[in-house]
Amino acid sequence: MTASSPEFVPGPKIKEPRIRSGRVRPGAEQWSWRFMRISGPILVILILTHLFINLMTGDGVSQIDFAFVAGKWAAPLWQWWDFLMLALAMLHGGNGMRLLINDYAHTPWLRKLLHGALGVAVLGIIVLGSLVIWTFDPCPVDADMSLLPSFCEDVR
Amino acid sequence: MTATAESPAVGEVQAMTVTLRILRSKPEGTDEHKPGEQYWQEFQVEAHATDRVLDALHKIKWEQDGSLAFRRSCAHGVCGSDAMRINARNRLACKTLLKDLNPAKPIIVEPIKGLPVEKDLIVDMEPFFASYREIMPFLMTTGSAPARERRQSPEERQRFDDTTKCIMCAACTTSCPVFWTDGQYFGPQAIVGAHRFIFDSRDEGQWDRLEVLNDKAGVWKCRTAFNCTEACPRGIEVTKAISEVKHALTTGEI
Ligand code: SF4
Ligand code: FES
Repeated sequence: MTASSPEFVPGPKIKEPRIRSGRVRPGAEQWSWRFMRISGPILVILILTHLFINLMTGDGVSQIDFAFVAGKWAAPLWQWWDFLMLALAMLHGGNGMRLLINDYAHTPWLRKLLHGALGVAVLGIIVLGSLVIWTFDPCPVDADMSLLPSFCEDVR
Repeated sequence: MTATAESPAVGEVQAMTVTLRILRSKPEGTDEHKPGEQYWQEFQVEAHATDRVLDALHKIKWEQDGSLAFRRSCAHGVCGSDAMRINARNRLACKTLLKDLNPAKPIIVEPIKGLPVEKDLIVDMEPFFASYREIMPFLMTTGSAPARERRQSPEERQRFDDTTKCIMCAACTTSCPVFWTDGQYFGPQAIVGAHRFIFDSRDEGQWDRLEVLNDKAGVWKCRTAFNCTEACPRGIEVTKAISEVKHALTTGEI
């Protein structure tokens, strides 16, 4: 090593300090994180109650047939309940899948493709499910009366 | 007298033969392996139960195969240079005793995961240090410097005591499943490094660091897998530190 050693290699540069006051605004990733934390417990309550009402009360699992479902969806409470369950479950699960795709799909086109497919699936299922819930006809005209909920007799 | 001569002396540690299975690679390649290709090689060494994995590695390097490459410096858990994956867990070779590893089976030694391997157990630490530099790991203040030291109460110091213990061994970052798959993530260590300054009452750059960590690749990538807390040889509660940073970001309070 002489004074004229060929090259001086500087160390890596450290970021300049930039002192700015002003708070940090939540970005998209933070909202996504908050959504997961909030929707998780809500889903637990929704789903456990749903299972309890369907399976533990009344005649248990054997009570579930067309008439049972039709009877439930005649009440706005259960319509909203099921809609909330559907929407939150799809968004919560879809957001989880989005993070997985971010982790494992490394090429931009694959990421785009998977994100697109995921978005279509999530939206499609929410739309189809809501259609079923809101446009459901509990008393189809030419159905066997014994399969329908009791209040259908008044409708006929 | 024969009986006493045969039984081991009081306090003597039994010697044994242990097998080490090491994941090796050579940038220049060998006769059987292409440059950079990883392959397993087994070594058998005579060792005592109270020896550490680092001692066994030394024996191999000094007595059997001088080409075995690994980093170490202090050999006492201070410098953080010899983190490696031993029996599928990240540990410091200098703090892991053979008797704690079931020496009856081969001990598996690999380089830490998620960073580019350079040779044998040596990885390129630059991405790891780059993340650390991102969070500006130095004191940031405003105004003129005081004529005396910046004072702090024991309670204020206690607030970030845990994260001051980091030795930058990268055991946590390279045990993180998000870091393995996502090259963007800062990794647990950078958040530990930021935590040490964010919660320091003398520092004024908290919100600049929090802004960096609020970014896409920041704390929100963490899925609380707890691998980092388990891996840390200094016993730092890494996942807790990350959660405290998240809490500061969601509540706006430090
Ligand atoms: S937090 Fe622990 S495991 Fe991570 S780099 Fe620091 S000392 Fe190593
Ligand atoms: S050699 Fe320094 S920490 Fe192990």
